[in-house]
Amino acid sequence: MSHAPRASPVTTSEAPPARRFEYAPAPESRAVVNIRPSYGLFIDGEFVEPTDGSLFETVNPATEEVLAEVSAAGPGDVDRAVVAATRAQREVWGSMPGKERAKYLFRVARIMQERARELAVLETLDNGKPIRESRDVDVPLAAAHFFYYAGWADKLAYAGLGPAPRPLGVAGQVVPWNFPLLMAAWKLAPALAAGNTCVLKPAETTPLSALLLAEILQQAELPPGVVNILTGAGDTGAALVAHPGVAKVAFTGSTEVGKSIQRSLAGSGKHLTLELGGKAANVVFEDAPLSQAIEGIVNGIFFNQGHVCCAGSRLLVQESVAEQVVEGLKSRLQTLRLGDPLDKNTDLGAINSPQQLEKIRELANSGEDEGAERWSPTCALPDRGYWFPPTVFTGVAPAHRIAREEIFGPVLSVLTFRTPEEAVAKANNTTYGLSAGVWTEKGSRILWMAQQLRAGVVWANTFNRFDPTSPFGGYRESGFGREGGRHGLAAYLDV
Amino acid sequence: MSAGAGERLVQVSAVAGSSRTAAGTEVPSSTTVAELAGSEAALRRFLFGLPGVDQVGVEARTASLATRSIKAASKLWAIDTAISMVDLTTLEGADTPGKVRALCGKARRPDPLDAEVPPVAAVCVYPDLVAVAKHELAGSGVAVASVATAFPSGRASLAVKLADVGDAVASGADEIDMVIDRGAFLAGDYGRVLEEVRSVKRACGAAHLKVILETGELATYDNVRRASWIAMLGGADFVKTSTGKVAPAATVPVALVMLEAVRDFAEVGGARVGVKVAGGIRTTKDAIRYLVVVNETVGDAWLDPTMFRFGASSLLNDLLMQRAKQRTGAYAGSDDFSLE
Repeated sequence: MSHAPRASPVTTSEAPPARRFEYAPAPESRAVVNIRPSYGLFIDGEFVEPTDGSLFETVNPATEEVLAEVSAAGPGDVDRAVVAATRAQREVWGSMPGKERAKYLFRVARIMQERARELAVLETLDNGKPIRESRDVDVPLAAAHFFYYAGWADKLAYAGLGPAPRPLGVAGQVVPWNFPLLMAAWKLAPALAAGNTCVLKPAETTPLSALLLAEILQQAELPPGVVNILTGAGDTGAALVAHPGVAKVAFTGSTEVGKSIQRSLAGSGKHLTLELGGKAANVVFEDAPLSQAIEGIVNGIFFNQGHVCCAGSRLLVQESVAEQVVEGLKSRLQTLRLGDPLDKNTDLGAINSPQQLEKIRELANSGEDEGAERWSPTCALPDRGYWFPPTVFTGVAPAHRIAREEIFGPVLSVLTFRTPEEAVAKANNTTYGLSAGVWTEKGSRILWMAQQLRAGVVWANTFNRFDPTSPFGGYRESGFGREGGRHGLAAYLDV
Repeated sequence: MSAGAGERLVQVSAVAGSSRTAAGTEVPSSTTVAELAGSEAALRRFLFGLPGVDQVGVEARTASLATRSIKAASKLWAIDTAISMVDLTTLEGADTPGKVRALCGKARRPDPLDAEVPPVAAVCVYPDLVAVAKHELAGSGVAVASVATAFPSGRASLAVKLADVGDAVASGADEIDMVIDRGAFLAGDYGRVLEEVRSVKRACGAAHLKVILETGELATYDNVRRASWIAMLGGADFVKTSTGKVAPAATVPVALVMLEAVRDFAEVGGARVGVKVAGGIRTTKDAIRYLVVVNETVGDAWLDPTMFRFGASSLLNDLLMQRAKQRTGAYAGSDDFSLE
């Protein structure tokens, strides 16, 4: 389907009068972060030039300004990195006592906290997400994962995974662009705690925070080769997961790529965990705490511009309260602030890339074509950069593409149900199974719903809450394996 | 806002037949005025039909709003607006006419060196000092508010409470800050709480009525929402968090729940009821946090001294100090502003 980009928003409520209390711009200073003009690859503890790779640019999606030139690792570079990781695993990291490994991880966590502002500003520049989120969610949670798994490093024998679980070897880890630093932390921390070494490939459009993390690893004096960071696009990732020296592959990203990785690894004996897409149902019952449910809906789909695999992209609301909930949601969305991601008062930042923007536009247009009603609050989009307004579709039928396909953008599809059984049937009517939300003041119904919903994570009266102690992951086309908690260790241990 | 309590109730119920609010509040259409007002059971059914408040959610929302960064021109606007919303308060056993006169001077002209600083909204005193304040503030536009109804505990007979109110009104009080009977509320005697509010409203005559819920004693957000509705159904012009004599006094999440209640009440056709936060608000930062919550919950209509107030004493000088900082770039010393 080819659509010329349409002027959006298509339907809006009447423009609200100018507010009396307008917030003056409150931009976070970007002077705290020093971006180099170009970056090499982080192999064996040093930044090196690629041997057979090329260079590419990474841009600020909010302004289209080029931030830096980054190396794309070729197959030779991947080999160098895996060789370095193998040696570090055999000679240093794998045989190091757990409590010594813990010291390094604690040190990394502390330096991440010390350099939190720098990490947050860089993440916002490269990704487009609001500084409020990178500052209050991404960076603190990333540090928390290192703290948490540092605590496990000398207690692996007590994790309930056998008396002497052993590391797997070299982990090849490919992470997405939606939470670049946080996903790197989710991958690295448990792998390192368990005694593995890592070759990490950040996403093509968001390589910078991982490269700053590499500087932090140097600052923490992590032994060379324990973590190697290879920037690049899909072919770098493909070379990494295919490398015979890699014992374990961990991938977070699209279901399409996940499937192709799983196909390519079949019969190789490599361990694999996949964290893929989702089309989560956020189920609101009539007896829910409605004001907080509306906040939860907003947080569920507009957090991180909806670039969240577990986003609550399908709102299932009981018909008896549907009108109130949608009205309340619309008036709440009038106060959502879209704009400069570095402004501390911005709620909704930029779409990460023109490709993603095009995908969101295409799916949103299909929603209109298939007959759903489109609505966006009055909201001016900046002239430069990649932007999409917060969008709500009502009158969505379960057969519509916007009710079935992952949009990965700030687009909510609203469906209704009449009974708890119907809610479960509709919520489960997806090929995915990553997350779900339940809103009701009835405790017994929460427990019943959690049993019925086919989703790896079920939130009750909240949404998009993450904690390093809590396992996260899906099933069906959302992948397999768990990250976080004691369960997250199992993916990196031979048990 | 001169409608009597009875009229107000008629108005609400009459238009509430099919009205629903954003938060899902529905005044049941089958409920007649007489039932809602007269039957304990109907009132209870209505109050327990209000959607619940999730504690974690409401506190997360206010924590998120607390990260709003208010700078430059918007900060200056917020400071001036906050000054104009202050109910400058002295409620001590040791209050004297001299103390009240001093406070009135401060209220009229918070910063004698800067005529652009707006006067505060009101001076709030005990009933026996209303006449002093009234005399001092004559012609200033600053209102005189008086606590009444056996403030702060409210533990007296209705006759005594009404006499207290009558005394304050007779002395010229423009606004009456009553306390609800928390004992009756916690005992589930909602009809009695409602009836008291209505009686006090009648006794107020033309004076505006602020109803203090003393949310620190109500303990749960569900109770705060229900008590707000009782006060509004009883004819309150304002709902107010606290007496300032009980800890915790005002908190931002409590203010959020009350703001949602007044928004919902207006959406079903009730009057626009104001909100006053009182107790423990000492800094400009605190005040701005409240204004942000007002802005993003109920919006412009409430960003006005007729609809939102701060009950405070030490807050005013911090506002003046921050105002000077915004305008001159330098912090003033605490002795650069008068104590009262």
